[in-house]
Amino acid sequence: MATKVASRPTPAPVPSPRRRLSYTTSRIIVGYLLVTPALLILAMISLYPLIYNLVLSTRYDVLTQPGTQHFLGLANYRQILTDVNFWADMLRTGFFMVVSVGLEFVVGLILALVVNQKFKARGLVRASILIPWAIPTAVAALLWRMFFDTRSGFVDFALQALHLPGANLVWFNSPTLAWVPIILSDMWKNTPFIALLLLAGLQTIPQEIYESARIDGANAWQAFRRLTMPLLRPAIMVALIFRTLSALLVFDAVYVLTGGGPGQSTEVVAYYDWYKYLVDLNFGAGAAVAVIITIVALVLAALYVRLLRQRGGFMS
Amino acid sequence: MRTWYGRSGFAALVTLIIVYSLFPFYWVFKSSMESSAALNQPTSSLLPNQWTWTHYQAIFAVANFLRPLLNSMFVAAAATLISVIVGAMAAYGLARMPIWGKTLILGFILLVSFFPQIAMVGPLFLVFRHLHWLNTYQSLIIPYLILAMPITIWILTAFFSQIPIDIEEAAMMDGASIPATILKVFFPIAMPGIFTAAILGFLLSWNDFLFALSFIHSPSMQTVPLALVNFRNAYYVHYGQIYAGVVVASLPIALVVLFLQRRIEAGLTAGSVKG
Repeated sequence: MATKVASRPTPAPVPSPRRRLSYTTSRIIVGYLLVTPALLILAMISLYPLIYNLVLSTRYDVLTQPGTQHFLGLANYRQILTDVNFWADMLRTGFFMVVSVGLEFVVGLILALVVNQKFKARGLVRASILIPWAIPTAVAALLWRMFFDTRSGFVDFALQALHLPGANLVWFNSPTLAWVPIILSDMWKNTPFIALLLLAGLQTIPQEIYESARIDGANAWQAFRRLTMPLLRPAIMVALIFRTLSALLVFDAVYVLTGGGPGQSTEVVAYYDWYKYLVDLNFGAGAAVAVIITIVALVLAALYVRLLRQRGGFMS
Repeated sequence: MRTWYGRSGFAALVTLIIVYSLFPFYWVFKSSMESSAALNQPTSSLLPNQWTWTHYQAIFAVANFLRPLLNSMFVAAAATLISVIVGAMAAYGLARMPIWGKTLILGFILLVSFFPQIAMVGPLFLVFRHLHWLNTYQSLIIPYLILAMPITIWILTAFFSQIPIDIEEAAMMDGASIPATILKVFFPIAMPGIFTAAILGFLLSWNDFLFALSFIHSPSMQTVPLALVNFRNAYYVHYGQIYAGVVVASLPIALVVLFLQRRIEAGLTAGSVKG
């Protein structure tokens, strides 16, 4: 090949039109060249662990016992799927998803409806809603841990000042009450995001339809039920799927606020997985849990992608 | 809204929202100025008993909080820089070049951002351990790319698609090469979008706890959230120092959000990729 090229007479420096790449072809090549690095990086950091997990999950691989790694088949999955703790954690995660996403949706909708009105302090309110979102989840959880502290916190102080019951509760010692700070901290941090998505949805609704509804004799509640809610549906779906997915993976708040306790009463599935990986150092079992979590997450994600494509925009 | 009770009800609701969002911050600030003795007693007032700066001095003099601050800024900035450069290239390709499979590529990028972080912890831990990369900056920068890059590509693809292509075509007609057109004509117009993507990428990296908790064990390599949480896990809880640390770490972020609120909102909704 090389000799063949070398034996040829060197071509004239003037390129013939046939050999030059067309404008469109060169743009396609440049396009792929531009996209490739990002795709390679993303595939390396996400697909590689995914495949690694699939392989690891079929193996006995405990870091504290070097040299004992061997193939197990589906034994790790069998062990996890028959573990009472795993199912209890799944159940708690489901409970957390329903309660936190439900509350965040209701509060987020109220926030969005308020900020969608025109009033003087609107800019200030919009900014103050967004600030908690920018605080790292673990830091927000740490703060709520201290707010619920009997000494330096404000929760007991406020309950006492308002003569409400509960001022002397030790929140973190109760299997049920320990959820309260977890859910509150999650709400404080994440409601702004839902409010933001819903607000963007509200702003796409033309005001004229409310005018005509009023002329037709609809009251505010009817307009909300029959116009706002149906038109807001796409934004609601997007917000709900997003939050449901991150609620499924909740870890930081639980780790910081309760460490899964008291006992295992606030342990969630991501915590279970983290414990298998980095405390038990049982990477085979950890990988099996990770594969299960990934499948659930990707089903939710696929749902979301379908939704976005239905909604149109540059994705479709 | 048109009646007096409607108006005052609305005003009460607005007040309630502001209190709900901002009162916790006031409490953090108030507690950070309180003496340790007062923090160890049940709270009795909305104002500090006596104002003191000791906790702020302590976090820098005793706890060396400057180090986690610098660590966090460095890893988040590095991840953001890489994400923006690589992401802007990809977004330009997706928004402008006539390539096949755009929907597929964008779908893949979205799917990646849904990939559970917890599922990456184990494999990345083993890889980093094998490379002796635990406790290094790269063990954070690499996973942070998966937090920052998908949203960067999404925001920028949306943003670039809105810039009229005529401007670049005109430049090319005038004989500018493709790289010259991109750098000299397109880039300046695209700056606001790139800036938005950078802020969000930075905030998402700054937000991480799980990766830092899993890959960083030496105190000198801790990021801000990890250092703050470890203030609490110490044998004695330094409440005042945690509060002061939160104020120091959150003030710049709060100011950024306050001034760039519109941009952040636009970015989050254009991308709607990550909470």
